[in-house]
Amino acid sequence: MGLTIGQTREWGSITMAVMVEARELTKYYGDFRAIENLTFEVKKGEIIGLLGPNGAGKTTTMRIITGFMPPSSGRTRISGFDMVDQSLEARASIGYLPETVPLYTEMTVEGYLSFMGSIRGMTSKSIRSRIGDVIESCKLGDYQKSIIGKLSKGFRQRVGIAQAVLHEPKVLILDEPTIGIDPIQVVETRQLIRDLAGNHTVILSSHILPEVSMLCSRVLIIHQGQIVAEDSPGELADRLQGVERLEVEVQGPREAVTMALEKIRGVVSVACSSNSEDRNVYKIQARRGLDLRPTVSRAVISNGWSLLNLQLISMSLEEIFLKLTTEEQI
Amino acid sequence: MKNTLNIAFKEIKGYFTSPMAYVVALTFVSLTGYFFVRSVDSALSGANFPEASLRDMFLQISIFILPWLAPVLTMRLLAEEQKMGTIELLLTSPVRDWEVVLGKFIACMTFFIGALALTLWYVLMLVWRGNPEVGPLLSGYLGIILYGSVGISLGLLASSLTSNQIVAAVVSLGALVLLSFLEVAANQVTGLSSTIVAQMGLTTHFDDFIRGVIDTSNVVYYISMTTVFLFLTIRSLEARRWR
Repeated sequence: MGLTIGQTREWGSITMAVMVEARELTKYYGDFRAIENLTFEVKKGEIIGLLGPNGAGKTTTMRIITGFMPPSSGRTRISGFDMVDQSLEARASIGYLPETVPLYTEMTVEGYLSFMGSIRGMTSKSIRSRIGDVIESCKLGDYQKSIIGKLSKGFRQRVGIAQAVLHEPKVLILDEPTIGIDPIQVVETRQLIRDLAGNHTVILSSHILPEVSMLCSRVLIIHQGQIVAEDSPGELADRLQGVERLEVEVQGPREAVTMALEKIRGVVSVACSSNSEDRNVYKIQARRGLDLRPTVSRAVISNGWSLLNLQLISMSLEEIFLKLTTEEQI
Repeated sequence: MKNTLNIAFKEIKGYFTSPMAYVVALTFVSLTGYFFVRSVDSALSGANFPEASLRDMFLQISIFILPWLAPVLTMRLLAEEQKMGTIELLLTSPVRDWEVVLGKFIACMTFFIGALALTLWYVLMLVWRGNPEVGPLLSGYLGIILYGSVGISLGLLASSLTSNQIVAAVVSLGALVLLSFLEVAANQVTGLSSTIVAQMGLTTHFDDFIRGVIDTSNVVYYISMTTVFLFLTIRSLEARRWR
């Protein structure tokens, strides 16, 4: 399996190996349906983000992918191994950081990592050399011999990431990797994830949008247990925009400019935020798929006014997210 | 198997990184020491024929020490994993459920046998000052180890059922005391039911060992009880996945 993947990469083939395959996953907790019919694939080297508000089913999805619990129906395959039929092989390909970083608080960082390595079938020689590597990449150098219980939240998070990457898993699954740590550590953790991305396939969950758009090549937005959108952060912004929005700054009489702008074909509404007499910023909403910049600039100039600024505003992911999760249909 | 040993080794180390191991060992030695001195004392001063044996000590360990020792040693093992969430890592690692349970059982048994080894000091004293029979000593140790394995497997089962260590300890303590008293309870009924109740009791099968008799049926009883409890523990761990 490893060889095949290696070859695909070497030949630079366009069809990359599918590392994670989730098919029609549904999970009930009693009567409560946590996720329904989730289907997605993650290819080698991709970083995908599961995005959704609390309780959307992100953690449930991850627990199913990692084999911690089985779905009520549906199947998962990790690097070609079925999670039910070839569970051990599938689990061996995974590095997992659950949401509450699970640590044996009475152990030292080194002892913990060495135990985690051993139950993942690493030889003691490779454990020793890999511990050195991850301690360096997770910047834990000074804390190698410290008792985990005495470390701060941020360092515990790093130990958690260190154990997840220790055995060089093909698939890395990180549940809310930056939750509850201070801003500087958040930046470092993101950098760490980005550094790991080259060699691993990463699935991370988050409810922080900029983080996901910063790190991920693809985003799955989950809401009430269903995938409501799936695309690259940029594409998603395009696709989900119901309207195009322009911001234009014009020197000219306010009312006349507003009227002229409203007359342009495709313009839905014009709003003027400032109220100086001759120099204002207008926000234009236009029908989706139309680029009105040429028309708008011509309209302004042909009326003899001065065009000071004109720009297309793309909707931020935050708005998309809000939109997605408050509306029933996309 | 390698995973089992790795987990066992980690747990044994865990006992000694907390004060637990030392407190438990100290209490164990003090109590057995007291029981030993008392039995020697009564043997020498009483009207009885003076006897160099550990008979009384084994009996006291089975009745007064194991019912709390087994819960104390096992309560943390699986309950803590569930509380801290480390169970999530353990069960998503390429480790089978039975390897986890067996590893913890081995760790616990190792500690228990280690504590028992401390009582070999009393055997030395008996050999030095008297002429003890070797047979009952050996069968007594075998019996107490088997008795302990039931208690420990029962404790593991209790620990797998909850994320609260105290609950786990109380449940296994209660169950162990109950199993120990079945022999007494059997006196309350007559006939076949009395035999059945008595045969289920932990203590019923222990007397032979103290007397120096290794009866296969007793050995089978303890081993099958241990197996059943370990099996249920594995099942309970699996069931967690389905909740």
